[in-house]
Amino acid sequence: MSRWVLTGLSRGIITTKYPKKKDKTPGITPGIPVTYMGNKIYEKIIEICPTNAIYMKDNIPRVDISKCIHCLRCIRHGKDSISWAMDYEWAQAVHEHFSLPSIFKKSAHIRVVDAGDCGACLNEVKLLNNPYYNMHRLGFFITPTPRKADILLVVGCLTEHMKMPLIKAYEAMPSPKRVVAVGTCSVSGGIFQPDFITYSSVSEVIPVDIYVPGCPPPPLAILHAIMMVCNKEINPK
Amino acid sequence: MKSINIDILSDFKIDINVDGDKVEIESTMENNPQLLNTLFNNNELPFAGIVLDTKDKNWIIYYIFLSKGKKIIITTKMPIIEKTFKSVSTYIHGADWFERELEDLFGINFEGHPKLGDFILHDDIWPEDVEPMRPDFDLSSIVPLYRKDIGTKRIVKEKGSFIMPIGPIFSGEEESVHFRLETIGEEIIKCHPRLFYKYRAIEKKAENKPVYQVLLLSERICGKTAVSHSLAFCLAVEEICQIKIPERASFLRMYLAELERIRHHIEVIGRICNSTGLLVAENQVSILEEGLLRISQELTGHRYLFSINQIGGLSWDIKDELIIEKTKEIGKILKELGKIKKMLISTSTFLDRLEQVGVLDISSVKDYAMVGPVARATGYNNDVRKYIPYLEYRDMEFDVSLEKEGDGYARLRIFFSEIEQSYNIMEQIVKKLPEGKVNTNVQLKRGSGIGIVEGPKGLCVQFVRIEDGGKIGRYRVISPSFFNWHGYHLAVEGFAFQDFPIILATFGLSAADNDR
Repeated sequence: MSRWVLTGLSRGIITTKYPKKKDKTPGITPGIPVTYMGNKIYEKIIEICPTNAIYMKDNIPRVDISKCIHCLRCIRHGKDSISWAMDYEWAQAVHEHFSLPSIFKKSAHIRVVDAGDCGACLNEVKLLNNPYYNMHRLGFFITPTPRKADILLVVGCLTEHMKMPLIKAYEAMPSPKRVVAVGTCSVSGGIFQPDFITYSSVSEVIPVDIYVPGCPPPPLAILHAIMMVCNKEINPK
Repeated sequence: MKSINIDILSDFKIDINVDGDKVEIESTMENNPQLLNTLFNNNELPFAGIVLDTKDKNWIIYYIFLSKGKKIIITTKMPIIEKTFKSVSTYIHGADWFERELEDLFGINFEGHPKLGDFILHDDIWPEDVEPMRPDFDLSSIVPLYRKDIGTKRIVKEKGSFIMPIGPIFSGEEESVHFRLETIGEEIIKCHPRLFYKYRAIEKKAENKPVYQVLLLSERICGKTAVSHSLAFCLAVEEICQIKIPERASFLRMYLAELERIRHHIEVIGRICNSTGLLVAENQVSILEEGLLRISQELTGHRYLFSINQIGGLSWDIKDELIIEKTKEIGKILKELGKIKKMLISTSTFLDRLEQVGVLDISSVKDYAMVGPVARATGYNNDVRKYIPYLEYRDMEFDVSLEKEGDGYARLRIFFSEIEQSYNIMEQIVKKLPEGKVNTNVQLKRGSGIGIVEGPKGLCVQFVRIEDGGKIGRYRVISPSFFNWHGYHLAVEGFAFQDFPIILATFGLSAADNDR
């Protein structure tokens, strides 16, 4: 057994400096499309976008990131491709009381509910525990029971079959509690249009406080959302 | 995988049409049970699923079998008013779940099937007459009706026996699956997995959608094996439209498929370490997994290799220098994995929990038509990369990893040796990679086609029918987890409760892949 301890120690520290310092390692995020006012012709890009995430309003091209599924078609369709930003701090609060009371600043427990996920978002949540991201250092823990949880992470597009289990898990959580919808599917349905078996958003069933779009959102985007809920200071240099 | 001499089928008075590697047999409903029995039991051909389609007011039912170098497709026509088919699951146990699925979604009764009913659409939510996949069914009329849980029929009736429910929300970051374990104490006597909590009706959603939109859906069937599913979809569409993709695209597709296999297997190994409580090993393995995800992002722009496959090739060309550099990095990652493997196989506490646990034997694997690493751990060789080669696998030199024991440790060894073989293939691709374009122009045509791919979890089959205007008429996904969940209960029954999560981890199953 001591060999394992030595192996772990000899690996050294590889944990990201985020949130103290911005992490710019290549490969940690798929990035998001960005529009600029300029001479670019956006008509064709708007036509290509499969989820209408890029749209025109008042003659200004805009990106609705809550619909983007990183299909990269807008960047690969040929000439005049869209600009791309390798960002990950894109979580959005739904209303102003999105954060937990300041007593949770040091530590919070998280319950993950898979409401109809393809496996990618769930894997990114799982990777938050690995040495690269290590959310324990910030005081966040994943708990197996909703009764101990302060934050509910919902991943995937909500199916009719998972509706009752999700409501029961939400009701079992003690107050104050916050809900984070992870992934484009849980925010706006994404590529899964609502029909008889799936809902367009988790907020149709339980109140959502923070959205993290992305298909899947990279681990740091999820971490950013959790830190927002807990009022952690985020001012990377 | 065995080969078949088609002449033996001459007694059946059927039309046989051979076209390349595709053998199409037209049969009748009366003939089917005997014909399928001959193929499956007497000739030991692997069964690869049932597809139900409609055409000109007729049901067309396709039974797919594989043999060495050939895919055998048996078609049967029935008028659409017909609601009773003959069951074949008395001869092919692997067809059992397929028939239950058809009964639930199409409302077709299978004569002779012992257990139909509550399967995909849970009976405690949906009324009995909801058949959403029927072409004439009005979806807006469905109203879910919440009833009290109908429970499971108990099999164990001994005094003191009880049902232990697990899920659908359980453990740390597990997928939503519900298990009912019948027990009288420590030993699991019967296991009833209740799946389809995540049924997203992808096959229904795909209908009347443009092909390019469905490609995005196919990637999201199972996020961890996106390349294999989208590849099966692309192969099916390319078969319909008779597109020959450029050689470079073909090689790059193989490269990405093998990269995905390595990443998937490493993730499964991490889960096995977690289930046995070896947390240092789990963290070390997940460092490697994150490394591969970052490499995937740098190669294709997406950490899970979404959106790289495209009808007619790839959506993006990857530069030669980048591939050479990243292949070396993957080599370094696998060296690290080799060190971890050496330590794992000399850690006795780890091996004690895997050896002789979750044992499957080859005859039940054949009966349940199980696929992938789970089947290969019992010595059943059904790797379609070798037997019905697609892309350029014909030119690649690799061995199919096989073990005999069929226990958890055998499955772990399969995962390790398949990673080595995949890296071996990747190195060959880097050496042979030709220059040129990576995509061709696509002209969509009418017709139907089947794509067969060996994914990380096993056999992925997709059936696609394209209608006028490039819209999808019918989309059918036969995923590897669907076969393996069917046989999963065999591995757990007779083992203690504490072995349950370990067996679940060694199977490498995915609920999303199964539920669709």
